[in-house]
Amino acid sequence: MSSNGIKDRVAIVGMGCTAFGERFDRGLDDLVIDGAGQAFASAGIDKNDVDAYWFGTAQSGMSGITLARPLKLEGKPVTRVENYCATGSEALRQAAYAVASGAYDVAMAVGAEKVKDSGYAGLNAFPIPSDGTGRTLTAAAMFSMVAPAYAKKYGVDEAQIGEVLARIAWKNHFNGARNPRAQFRKEMSLETIRASPRVAGLLGILDCAGVADGAAAAIVVRAEDAHRYTDRPIYIKALSFVAGNGSGLTDPDYDYTHFPEVEVSAADAYAQAGITDPRHELAMAEVHDCFTPTELVLMEDLGFAERGSAWKEALAGTFDLDGALPVNPDGGLKSFGHPVGASGLRMMFECWLQLRGEAPDDRRIANERPLALTHNLGGYPGEMVSFVSIVGRDAG
Amino acid sequence: MADAGSIRGIISAAGYVPYRRLQRSDIAKTFGAGGGKGTRSVASYDEDTTTMGVAAGRAARRAVPDAEVGALFFSTTDPAYLDKTNATAIHAALRLDSDSPAFDFCGAARSGVGALRVALEGSGSSLVVSADLRTGLPTSPDEAAGGDGAAALLVGDDTDGPVIAEFLGAGAATGEFVDRWRKPGDSRSKVWEERFGETRYVPLAERAWNAALKATALAPESVDRLVVTGLHARAVRASIRRLGVDASRVVDDLGAVVGNTGTAQPGLLIASALEQANPGEVIALVVLADGVDVLIFRATDALTAYDHTSPVADQIAAAADLSYGKFLTWRQMVTVEPPRRPEPARVSSSAASRVEDWKFGFVGSRDERDAGLHLPPAPGETPVPMADAMGTIVAFTVDRLAYSQSPPVVFAVVDFDGGGRFPLELTDVDADDVHIGDRVEMTFRRLFTADGIHDYFWKARPRR
Repeated sequence: MSSNGIKDRVAIVGMGCTAFGERFDRGLDDLVIDGAGQAFASAGIDKNDVDAYWFGTAQSGMSGITLARPLKLEGKPVTRVENYCATGSEALRQAAYAVASGAYDVAMAVGAEKVKDSGYAGLNAFPIPSDGTGRTLTAAAMFSMVAPAYAKKYGVDEAQIGEVLARIAWKNHFNGARNPRAQFRKEMSLETIRASPRVAGLLGILDCAGVADGAAAAIVVRAEDAHRYTDRPIYIKALSFVAGNGSGLTDPDYDYTHFPEVEVSAADAYAQAGITDPRHELAMAEVHDCFTPTELVLMEDLGFAERGSAWKEALAGTFDLDGALPVNPDGGLKSFGHPVGASGLRMMFECWLQLRGEAPDDRRIANERPLALTHNLGGYPGEMVSFVSIVGRDAG
Repeated sequence: MADAGSIRGIISAAGYVPYRRLQRSDIAKTFGAGGGKGTRSVASYDEDTTTMGVAAGRAARRAVPDAEVGALFFSTTDPAYLDKTNATAIHAALRLDSDSPAFDFCGAARSGVGALRVALEGSGSSLVVSADLRTGLPTSPDEAAGGDGAAALLVGDDTDGPVIAEFLGAGAATGEFVDRWRKPGDSRSKVWEERFGETRYVPLAERAWNAALKATALAPESVDRLVVTGLHARAVRASIRRLGVDASRVVDDLGAVVGNTGTAQPGLLIASALEQANPGEVIALVVLADGVDVLIFRATDALTAYDHTSPVADQIAAAADLSYGKFLTWRQMVTVEPPRRPEPARVSSSAASRVEDWKFGFVGSRDERDAGLHLPPAPGETPVPMADAMGTIVAFTVDRLAYSQSPPVVFAVVDFDGGGRFPLELTDVDADDVHIGDRVEMTFRRLFTADGIHDYFWKARPRR
C-alpha cells in the first residue's frame, strides 16, 4: 500500500482515560463526561475550544449525538465512527487527519463503550439481518485456532505452548497490577492462569481480555501549535489502517499463524515514521492482546521477533516491563480491560504517560527511547481490520 | 399411463438413520420404569424431519444421478412448519428443477404410504420422501419404541430410470376409530386401550391384503419378503399371523436397534428389504395406520446393478450412544441452563432467498480465470455444487461459550477436495474426538430457530 502519512504535522496535547471495569454504577454518558473531562483538563481547554469531534463506539450508541448530548456541545460537528475493536484508533485517525488537512485547528477523539449492560458474558455483536449462513463462533474460539496452528508450524508441543500463553497473561497481569485504572489489578500465578476454566480450544478464561466499560479521549492540534497547550506534547509519526477483505476465512493458503492485515499496516506505519528496526527503536508498544495467542503472533507480525521465535522471546521476558521491548506496560486488554470503542485511545494514553514520564514509578519503563507504538485490531483471524500508530516525544 | 410394455415402480430407495442411539435400558435406570431392551435411533438436536428428509433424498438421488425427478412429495407427522410447505426446503437442498412441484402430505402417519401409493399409481417420476421424529413422555412406550429416521423412494417408469422394484398392485381398507391421537402442538401422542385397536386393525389388514392379492393375482405363498409396519405394535404382530406368509419371510422391522420411525418406516423398511432382495422376489408392504394399505412389488434384474450408496445396514452399524439426559434435552423434554450468550436473531427471509443455492444447496462458484473455488459463491462466477464434496479438517476449535442447543460448539476449517475452504460447525461428533486431517462430509442441518423461523444450512460431519 502507499500512503503519505502526516509525520510530525499533528500533536496530541491532552488525554484522558477513565478507570476500566464492570462499571455497573456508570452509564455511557458518565464515562464519556469523565474521559473527555480529563482530556480537556489535561490540555487546559474546554469543550468550546474544540472545533470538531470524532466519537468512536462500536455499539453503545448511534450518531454524533451520543457524544454531543452528554457533553452539551453546541453547534459542533461530531462524527460517530465504528471499525470493530479498532474503533477508538479510528476516531483518533480521523481527528488527526482533520487537523492535518487544515480544516480544523483543534479536534478531539473520544472512544467509549458500555459493554456490561448486556447481561451476557463476553462481547456480543449487534445482530444485522442476515441469511443465516455466517459463522456464529465467539471471538475466543476464532483466535483459539491460532495456538495449535502456531505450535504445529514451529514444532512447539502442547505443554510448551500452554506455558507461553500463560507467560503472556502473567506479564499483562503483572503490569496491570501496577495500574490504578486497570480492570484487574492483581498479579496471577502461572498455575492459576493455566488452571482457569476452558473457554475455547486451549484458551482458558484468563487467556481472554477483560470485558470492561470505559472511555478515553485525546485532543489533537497542529504540531506548531502544540506548545500553546503543553510543554510535553507527543507527535504523531504514523497512522496506518488496513481493512482485510475477509478472504482469509476461505483461502486454503491461510494457516492461522500470522495476520496479513497487521503485517501490511505495520510496514506502512514504519515507512511513514522512517523506522527500520522497531525492536530497537521503540521504547514500548501497546498491542491488541485480545487473547494470549494474538499477542504471541503480533510480536512477529509487528517485527519485534523473528518468525517462529516469539514464543521463546515471550518465555525469556523480552516483552516484560523490564525487558528489551516492553509490551503492554499498562496491562493491555488482558488486565486493563476492553471497552471496545475506548481501547485504541487507552493504548495511546499509555504512550502519552510513558513518553511524558508520567507513568507511576512501579511501571515506568526504563529505556529513554523516544518512540512508542500502538497496535489495535478488530475482527478475527482471516477477516480483520488493523491499525498501527507511532508517536514520539520529539518533533522532527 | 405408461406406454405398453414399460414397467413402473421404484427406481431408487434410500433410508436415513441418524447417528445417535439411546440405550432403552437407560430410561429405566433413570426413572425406574419404561425403556426396554435394545436401542432406538435419535435425531441430533440440529435435525428435524426436513433435514432428515434431505439426507434420505440425497442418498436416493446419488444412486441414480441421471434420473429426473418430476415431483417431490414429503410426508411426516412432525412438520417443521405448518402453513408453509416443508417439501420446498428439501426441493432446494436437492437442487431439483424449479419447474417441478413440491408437496407436503403431513399430519397423519398414514400420509407416508399414501404419498407412495399416489406416486405409484400416477405418472411421471416422483421422489417420495418421508421422515419422522418419534417420542413421547419419559417412560412412555412411544419414547422407547419410537425411532427417528427418513426414507426416500424415487418412483417412476423405466423410461425415467431402471426400475428396481416393479409395482404390481395395491389394496386398501379404511376405518374411522380413535386409537392414537395428538392435538396440533402437543409433544406427545395418546393411545386408547391396546386391545381395542387390535380388534379394529386385524380385520382391516385381512381385507386390504386380500384385495391386493386379488389385484396382483398372487397367492400368499408367492410373497418372498413381507414388510408389516404400524404404530400399533400388537396389531402388527396379530396381523402378520393372519396373512398366510411364513414367519421366516417377514422382514426385520429394525425395532431392536432403530425403533419405529412412524411415517418413514414403510420407506425405510422397503429400502432395507431391497438391500437384501434378489431379482424376481415379491416384496409386500403392509402398513397399519387408520386403516391398512398394501403395496406389492417384484424386484427386477436392474436391482443387481443398483448401487445402494448409503445402505441402511451400514448406517445401523455406524452409530454412537447418546446419554438419556442428552436425549431428553434434544427432544426438549428437559430444559438445561443455556450458555450465557444472546440467542441468535431470526434469519432474514429476503436475505436467505437471495442465496437459495448457497444456503440450501451448498453451491459455491469457480473463477474461470484462476480456477479458484469460492465458498460462498462470488457474483459472476460459474456455480459449483459442493454438497457432495469431501473435505479435510485443517484447523478446529471447541467453543464453550457460543450459543448452541447442545454446547459446546465444535468448529472446523475445512478444505474441500477439488478446492475451496470454508469454516463450518461440526456435528455428529464428540468434542474430544476431532483431529486435524480428519475427513468430513457435508450434512444439511437446522442451525437454530428464532421467531419460529428455522435456519437451515450445512454442517460437516466425520466420514464414517
